[in-house]
Amino acid sequence: MGVQAGLAMSGWRFKSTMNLSRKDMLGIIDLPKEEIDLILDTAESFKEISTRTIKKVPTLRGKTVITLFFEASTRTRTSFEIAAKRLSADTINISASTSSVVKGETLIDTARNLESMNPDIIIIRHSAAGAAHILAGLLEQSIINAGDGAHEHPTQALLDMLTIREKKGSIKGLRIAIVGDIAHSRVARSNIYGLTKMGADVAICGPAMMMPRDIDQMGVSVYYNMGDAIKDADVVMMLRMQLERQEKTLFPSLREYTNLFSLNRDNIKLAKDDVIVMHPGPINRGIEITPEIADGPHSVILEQVTNGVAVRMALLYLLSGGTK
Amino acid sequence: MDAEGIERSLTRIAYEILERNKGTDNLIIIGIRKGGISLAERLCKKLSSIEGAEIMSGMLDITLYRDDVLTTGKRPAIESTYIPFPLDHKRVVLVDDVLFTGRTIRAAMDALMDFGRPELIQLAVLIDRGHRELPVRADFIGETLPSALWENISVNLTDNRNADEVVIEES
Repeated sequence: MGVQAGLAMSGWRFKSTMNLSRKDMLGIIDLPKEEIDLILDTAESFKEISTRTIKKVPTLRGKTVITLFFEASTRTRTSFEIAAKRLSADTINISASTSSVVKGETLIDTARNLESMNPDIIIIRHSAAGAAHILAGLLEQSIINAGDGAHEHPTQALLDMLTIREKKGSIKGLRIAIVGDIAHSRVARSNIYGLTKMGADVAICGPAMMMPRDIDQMGVSVYYNMGDAIKDADVVMMLRMQLERQEKTLFPSLREYTNLFSLNRDNIKLAKDDVIVMHPGPINRGIEITPEIADGPHSVILEQVTNGVAVRMALLYLLSGGTK
Repeated sequence: MDAEGIERSLTRIAYEILERNKGTDNLIIIGIRKGGISLAERLCKKLSSIEGAEIMSGMLDITLYRDDVLTTGKRPAIESTYIPFPLDHKRVVLVDDVLFTGRTIRAAMDALMDFGRPELIQLAVLIDRGHRELPVRADFIGETLPSALWENISVNLTDNRNADEVVIEES
């Protein structure tokens, strides 16, 4: 490899030295566009570390990161843990099923006790919206929201935005369709906040009973017909049908849902030829997306997972140490 | 130091690198971001035109290995590192514009070790301004420029070679 090729690939984009203006990462709603750019730029540089033989840099040596998960997760918790370890932080994982929560300890007591062990960053997932915000107000440590109820999942939106930016060059001006159970989806909510801020034209689609009540104020267009929503889309983001959050009355027929709102080989032709298909996982194969699309050439689902580690490394780095 | 001076220094350094390493076998030139990148690129061009061989090269961002990365007020921006080959048994020449405290070079050597076990690491700099805080020395030096601690030394390289310069300013 000659030096010319090497330098050409460096993409000499000037990156300014700036900080996040916050102690915590709780949601996308109050994150300015400049800080989203900073996180994505930093994540882009961090990706290379995961391709090395020795996948580790010493930056967060001596820092302690706790993941506190009150809801099931494999991808997100593992991703945070790998991100922290690749930065040389020590990680401790606590999940509700093996913690004192089963003995009746409250969230706040659990958090106070963890604080007494002097961690530096606490990553929390909880079924109650606002759980991360409560900890952020109580504790000195940086809190990262890894999903709070149906409210926000900021790191998922950031990794989605990184993936879109990588594949399409920029988010601005893209037509992006988000399809599924919008009301129950923290992924959709965080992505709507982020993508509209970055200048995308966001189309939301799902059954009427699965639309959030405040959807009119979110700066998106709303569709109840899948074909209309994904027509000429640059990006189609399918959401997981959250069977565990559905009340039976809201959800008469899974087969009807699949017939109307599943992404398949026929309706994908309505989108642009170079459309990318995204899904936050875990996939319900055959419900919101057919296996041939999930595994097909348009799918970037596994690249989203790879980018998840880079985005979380970037956040851990940007939230660590120094004066805030 | 003016454009001609910089050019002559780089030419001499290129010959010194070839002499010391007996050619370009297993030689890799790695520029340290940001100041070392364009110097590394120019050195590579000189080496390959002298020897008529392709020279392997890469770039290194040492930020994540700095000893003050979390203690300065701002988180420094991270640029990408590009070393797409193992460094095992390679002769690595690190290139930077100014050698000062030596802390950057310490960080760079730690980073290189994560890419394999080089046979050796050598250091080429355009300016050695003294004031070392770590036991580090350069193998190839353009010019030794004793300076006061409060002075800034900047190496300005542009696409227009004639405007290249090294400037000392009071800070």
